[in-house]
Amino acid sequence: MSALTISQLSKSFGGLHVTRGVNLDVAPGERRLIIGPNGAGKTTLFNQITGELSPDSGAVKLFGEDITRVPSRRRAHLGMSRTYQIITLFAEDTILHNVSLALLGLSPLRWNPLIALRRQSHIVDAAHEALKRVGLGHIGERPLGQTSYGERRRVEIAMALAQNPKVLLLDEPFAGLSIDERQEVHQLLMAIPRDVTIVMIEHNMDVALEFAERITLLHFGEVIVEGTRAEVVADPRTREVYLGH
Amino acid sequence: MSTRLVALIVALIALATVPYWMPGVYYVNVSSQILFYAIFALGLNILAGYGGLVSLGHAGLLGITAYAVGYMLQHGFGHPVAILTALVVGLAAMALYAVLSLRSSGIGFIMITLALGEIIWGLAYRWISITGGDNGINLHGRPAPFGISLMPPVAFYYMTLVVFLLSFAAVIIFVRSPLGAALMGTRDQPRRMNALGYHVWAIRFWASMFSGLLTSIAAILFVYYNQFISPQAIDLTASAEVLLMVISGGAGTLFGPIVGAALVVIVKSVVSGFIERWNMLLGFIFVAIVIFMPEGLVPGTARLWRAAWRKAGRPSKPTTAKKAEAGP
Repeated sequence: MSALTISQLSKSFGGLHVTRGVNLDVAPGERRLIIGPNGAGKTTLFNQITGELSPDSGAVKLFGEDITRVPSRRRAHLGMSRTYQIITLFAEDTILHNVSLALLGLSPLRWNPLIALRRQSHIVDAAHEALKRVGLGHIGERPLGQTSYGERRRVEIAMALAQNPKVLLLDEPFAGLSIDERQEVHQLLMAIPRDVTIVMIEHNMDVALEFAERITLLHFGEVIVEGTRAEVVADPRTREVYLGH
Repeated sequence: MSTRLVALIVALIALATVPYWMPGVYYVNVSSQILFYAIFALGLNILAGYGGLVSLGHAGLLGITAYAVGYMLQHGFGHPVAILTALVVGLAAMALYAVLSLRSSGIGFIMITLALGEIIWGLAYRWISITGGDNGINLHGRPAPFGISLMPPVAFYYMTLVVFLLSFAAVIIFVRSPLGAALMGTRDQPRRMNALGYHVWAIRFWASMFSGLLTSIAAILFVYYNQFISPQAIDLTASAEVLLMVISGGAGTLFGPIVGAALVVIVKSVVSGFIERWNMLLGFIFVAIVIFMPEGLVPGTARLWRAAWRKAGRPSKPTTAKKAEAGP
């Protein structure tokens, strides 16, 4: 059974077709890279997978279960987590609080108006663990607003990993990072266990190609090339629309 | 003992001894007003400060509960039945208000709540058989819990103080709770909260209900204090006034709405006795707050205090994240 199956997914904004009959089949544990020029519809495709946008037609299945009409928030409970291209974190809170919110999102405790969140040691400890996993355990109490861009990228990943996702969607996790930071995030992603399926959008081909097992090339909302890393890189259409000659 | 704890104990002692050190009964009454307006402002602060949902119709909600008390008493029901019925009516009205207004956020939310507040005001003004129209509803007497009459100003003050302290404690507990953290998350990053598994609408709805409960409690104290409710008490100006209490004191802080309520009530009730154009003075104060402390009096004063402390060459505490739940 596939981890993530997308069938004939289409979406238009007025006369603009942002996704046209996209099919995607991602195996459990696979590392899939989605590439394409700006405006190809990559993030829009992610938004439809996570339910933030409703497709006009087509279906999204998570481990065989049709989730096309499942609200976005429920998909997190079903094992789907994502990071954002533009960092959307809680800037005035500590890093630890950011990750605690991610953990709380899947806990029934989130409805509790009577207990003190800080005293929920299982949430706080799990948040600490998630931060240690991305190498930020020592600065958990630091306000997010006082962290570097690279650290925030790692907080994004820590929040997604804290939810123990089955399918993790990473939207340009290397964007805006220095060479050293890219290597750190790359190592971090490589260390994610195989029970997590990863679909990643990325433009930084040096690190992304190293990470990906299969690649899908989108162009004007359509899948025009798909295959193994070597197949896609060698395909003349990839060079024509994306990599250049 | 920390400075904060000392300040809290001093404040509690000061509040508990108000009737002994205030120069007269008038000022005891002003203190009662400050306290129930503070409960009202704390209720609005849940939505506007912690939820990022600026309501411009909260005086209408206050009015529904206040009218319910008046109506029930007018029809011969006792105080306990009138109070309980008014609470239920107030919460039901809040639920409807929330369902209608939470269809939107930002400017849309403000406009819907403004419209709802105006509808409630219009009903109070025109539905004469229920509300008495422009004449309003007069109350006669106050409850006497455990045989203690609340008619004397001092007794009413102490009852208001107890209710205020309980309400404030409830707000502190809520703000520090997971649901409070979730509400603040929906204020800052609703899209992200949704992706993390939170039901943003439902969180806002339950926060609205808590805000409605505090508003209803304030309404009951308000109507028993004034012994009268009329459309004038629930118009747009009244909604704007409580919003100004929240914003001037510091939206999204625990003490801000209380300080804001004190400021507005003191200027309206005390300073107005010395300055004819007190409205203008209040306006100048608000403009000064917006210019010099745009974050509100409480966080603004804290900021200036820290700056002065640093200037004096004292080692200041390392900056920590803004903790709305812990903060001033």
